[in-house]
Amino acid sequence: MSNERNDSGAVLKLENLTMQFGGVVAVDNVSLEVGKGEILSLIGPNGAGKTTAFNMVTGVYAPTNGAIYYKGEKIVQNTPQGKMKKLYQGENADLYVGKRVIAPTPDKITKLGIARTFQNIRLFKSQTVFENILIAKHMLRTSNLFTATFHLNAKEEAQMRQESEELLRIMELEDVRDELATSLPYGKQRHLEIARALATKPELLLLDEPAAGMNPQETMELTQFIGRIRGEFGLTIFMIEHHMDLVMEISDRIHVLDFGKSIAEGKPDEVRNDPRVIEAYLGGAQDE
Amino acid sequence: MSKKKKMAWNVSLIVALLGLLFVLEQVMPSGSMLFTVLKKGAIYALVAVSMNLLNGFTGLFSLGQAGFMLLGAYTYAILTIPPESRASVYQYYDGGIVNFAIPVPLALIAGGLIAAGFAFLIGLPVLRLKSDYLAIATLGFAEIIRAVFQWDKLGPLTNGSNLLRSFPTFQSVLYPFIVSGICIALIVMLINSTYGRAFKAIRDDEIAAEAMGINLAHHKRLAFVISSFFAGVSGGLLAMYQTTIQASMFKSAMTYEILLIVVIGGIGSVTGSCISAFLFIACSEWWLRFLDNENFYIGSFHVPLLRAGFRKVVFAVVIMAMVLFYRQGIMGTKEFSVEALQGFFRKLFRRKSVKEE
Repeated sequence: MSNERNDSGAVLKLENLTMQFGGVVAVDNVSLEVGKGEILSLIGPNGAGKTTAFNMVTGVYAPTNGAIYYKGEKIVQNTPQGKMKKLYQGENADLYVGKRVIAPTPDKITKLGIARTFQNIRLFKSQTVFENILIAKHMLRTSNLFTATFHLNAKEEAQMRQESEELLRIMELEDVRDELATSLPYGKQRHLEIARALATKPELLLLDEPAAGMNPQETMELTQFIGRIRGEFGLTIFMIEHHMDLVMEISDRIHVLDFGKSIAEGKPDEVRNDPRVIEAYLGGAQDE
Repeated sequence: MSKKKKMAWNVSLIVALLGLLFVLEQVMPSGSMLFTVLKKGAIYALVAVSMNLLNGFTGLFSLGQAGFMLLGAYTYAILTIPPESRASVYQYYDGGIVNFAIPVPLALIAGGLIAAGFAFLIGLPVLRLKSDYLAIATLGFAEIIRAVFQWDKLGPLTNGSNLLRSFPTFQSVLYPFIVSGICIALIVMLINSTYGRAFKAIRDDEIAAEAMGINLAHHKRLAFVISSFFAGVSGGLLAMYQTTIQASMFKSAMTYEILLIVVIGGIGSVTGSCISAFLFIACSEWWLRFLDNENFYIGSFHVPLLRAGFRKVVFAVVIMAMVLFYRQGIMGTKEFSVEALQGFFRKLFRRKSVKEE
């Protein structure tokens, strides 16, 4: 089929993406592209549908309608089905009818090269910092249950460990290597979560509010940190963030959502002065 | 300690243990309660570790262990009863439909495989459930299996609700120790591999584990099937130990006993499960037996309350105390090792020497 591939050169492309929960349209016909090596920030007031959009990309939810492409390859596609056919309030209801439904689980998405972090930190609580990173290497294994149990994969195991050690060093976490992940200070836990995501060797990194709960000092460090890893690992970054100083400083482009709809997209300076964005954030105060 | 040295310590400990058991068996009368406890303890240690793999390491709260032991025990018994005794065992079913016997080790493995096969099939629908729902579903499965095996129509295979007997058994206490030892070693090796790490990740945080590229359905099924395999093997061993089996033995109370062993030993500790299996069996079969004896005197004092079944009351109280005040169990999630023991003594001596100063 002609549109099974979409060679626009974008690493990630969302196309007419709609997510409807019952009668609530959380994300409404959103389309956006993230170019290679770019940092795209998704912003918007609370409840705008940012995290829902993220969860569709990572396979947590299957969208109600729309498609997602990764490096030109279609990885997610759905059309309203069953009860949703009648309930559907979004646009483009007929666009994907009769096409293959593609709804991979989150692990398959990660295996494609899309890693993520979580808004509320989700580390493996009973494991050490090192083990947290080592676990992420599991998906890159070539060994099977038998060879792993009988330690016939010693070479691979050694490589996993060595790569994890190296990542710890790059992430400046080696001094807390053997501490329990949850005993780290908040900022370090964020770093560890990013490090763990990087251990899966992604090309696209999704950060869900990486600076949530951080003080200005920590936020500034994080800004530098994100910039540094983008260069070092050749990453494309797609992130949700509320801290405007972080967003404005680091983003190449910004995409703004309000009530599930895209209302603006552009360079930080353009978005900052866009009247629709100001209205969304100030609650339409000018109209009254 | 280096890896080699650790290995040497462990091997020499195991050899010493087996040697000790061998000597004990030569010296002590074979009817001693000690051997009963050791044999049954070794079998329960295996099934407790298999349950721990699921409940403690993968975070799947399953209560189907007795059902899988039943499958293992019946498979073992059905496949090993010598053809010449089948006529008397299956007297109501014309000698049954199985007319051959296979070697004991093969039958034990077959028992494990049958249990694993059933686990695979049950796992398809059941593993989608979480926590309590999974526990209820697996418990239900175990009860259904028990009822099905007593079904008259299956008599030619299972002998209905009658006893299965005359299959090969073991005499030496070394036998269950060696079989359980090998199986537990396999489980430990699995836990220490990259798959074991994935299991622990699922236990800690399913959503994060999935985001790290761990296929939840696949890994949960693996843990469930492997755990059931070893439960099946331990069922076979239990059949050998009991010398006769009947489906009504494998009640849900048996699963609770195993769960109790796991909780007392520490959820997430293999050595904890082993230690507490022996402690539990020793208490219930030996040390607390006197509680069931109505005519128990200390000097001329007649101890009140004691009667048949009182042991279970005491047990229940101990368990409640355990859960309320000592939730970690004996070992928590730690493991018993030579290193830890050394560290413990070193600390002990240091404290003493500090006091002396």
